[in-house]
Amino acid sequence: MNAQEKPRTTRSKSFDPVVTERKFGQVSRRELLKVAPVVALGAFAIPALQEPLLKRGLAFSDWASGLMFRRSHLAPTFSDAALTPFAKFPINGYDVDDPGVIFENWTLTVTGSVQKPGDYTLAQIQALPLQRQNTRHICVEGWDVIGRFGGTRLSNFLQMIGADLTAKFITVACADDYYESLDMATALHPQTLLCWEMYERPLTREHGAPVRLNIPTKIGYKQAKYLTDLKVTHVLDRVGYWEDQGYSEFYGL
Amino acid sequence: MSGAVVEITRAKADETETVARAVYEHPLLVRICHWINAIALFVMVGSGLQIFRAFPSFGAKIPQKDLLDWPKSFAIGGWLGGALQWHLTFMWIYLATGVIYLGYQIFSGNYRQVLFTRRDVPGVWPMVKHYFFFGPKPEMREAYNPLQKHAYTSVIGLGVLSVLTGFAVWKPVQFSWLAWLMGGFHRARVWHFLTMWAILAFVLGHLVMVLLHGWNNFYSMLTGWKKDPEY
Repeated sequence: MNAQEKPRTTRSKSFDPVVTERKFGQVSRRELLKVAPVVALGAFAIPALQEPLLKRGLAFSDWASGLMFRRSHLAPTFSDAALTPFAKFPINGYDVDDPGVIFENWTLTVTGSVQKPGDYTLAQIQALPLQRQNTRHICVEGWDVIGRFGGTRLSNFLQMIGADLTAKFITVACADDYYESLDMATALHPQTLLCWEMYERPLTREHGAPVRLNIPTKIGYKQAKYLTDLKVTHVLDRVGYWEDQGYSEFYGL
Repeated sequence: MSGAVVEITRAKADETETVARAVYEHPLLVRICHWINAIALFVMVGSGLQIFRAFPSFGAKIPQKDLLDWPKSFAIGGWLGGALQWHLTFMWIYLATGVIYLGYQIFSGNYRQVLFTRRDVPGVWPMVKHYFFFGPKPEMREAYNPLQKHAYTSVIGLGVLSVLTGFAVWKPVQFSWLAWLMGGFHRARVWHFLTMWAILAFVLGHLVMVLLHGWNNFYSMLTGWKKDPEY
């Protein structure tokens, strides 16, 4: 390179039209180094870092999901002709299909930030306004069915028990030791049901009798069956059966 | 700024001679996005196939007819929950590199290097003849030939489609219009799956071409500079 003709512009964005081999080698290596930060992604391959990183990623995804949730946005509803026949509606218990609930003694035990805690009978719950909806039920595995669900809005029940609606979560426990939690925004969604019927008939034991959750804005595993306890709370000591094994906590659809 | 050309010289006893030429083809942001996106794509495909293993079907759950039994060793995550962690983490990385890349290309004007337009059409057939039917090699006047532009433009479209179909599958309520556009939740899942295979077809062709074109071409995606360009 002829030094007197070509001023050095190494840091400038423009390039000398003529460079020596040595100079070109330097430029190439410098550009290569600039791309090197990409190898930081290799952190995901380090066993000790993998789990915390993925946990962060999932937490970010759940946070973004919360932002995308709109309380007034309804899940699509379908005509009766689009319904999956009841016989083809999968039964997806995590443990047993029938935990042997004794219906005569059944109550829903309410605790937490509520004005009227206590045991609520099925008759008390069914006295609330009935809402029926044909909505899609989507399993985290990927399959889906369209079912007809009936029950009362969870918001009606929360009102009846005098729930503190500024609390962040509703948690439920089930007769089969399954447990779940729900963010308050979803709990108050107009399609979130305390559900006691499917296809206009009382819930069968396999589908969660006497009362289950039906939440068309959530993935299937959040829609707990065979409810026994309901709590309104500001803090979660556990999230849910599947969530505590690594599944998404929010999983809104 | 891509397109800068330099002559590389070697000093001899009393004169300098030009030994090579080099062109700056790939701006830094493009190179970084390319490699992060490549890693993210690898993870998305691997974890996506593991997710697919949980219900390898596009029909009813009852009765379930499995489409294929994808081997676990060619999947990432180990189980459905693990695969979802990978998928839901890397989808943001995949999306971010796509958005940054597209934004940069548009605002810098660098998209002209890649975008297949009407004026590239006449060059397609000669290039096809050259690649597949031993035709003469058309003269190169720019970084990418018409077929390359077509491939890159298509795969960027497929990338956008993979994100849109993904959102339709992941959030069929909040993005119910997207799922509706794709013919419903069921079909959105099919589209998402097919988009993956289309991208993989591109990747296969891309890797073959990278191997055929040798080190200088490959190295240019690392340093930005392509030595001895054909134009």
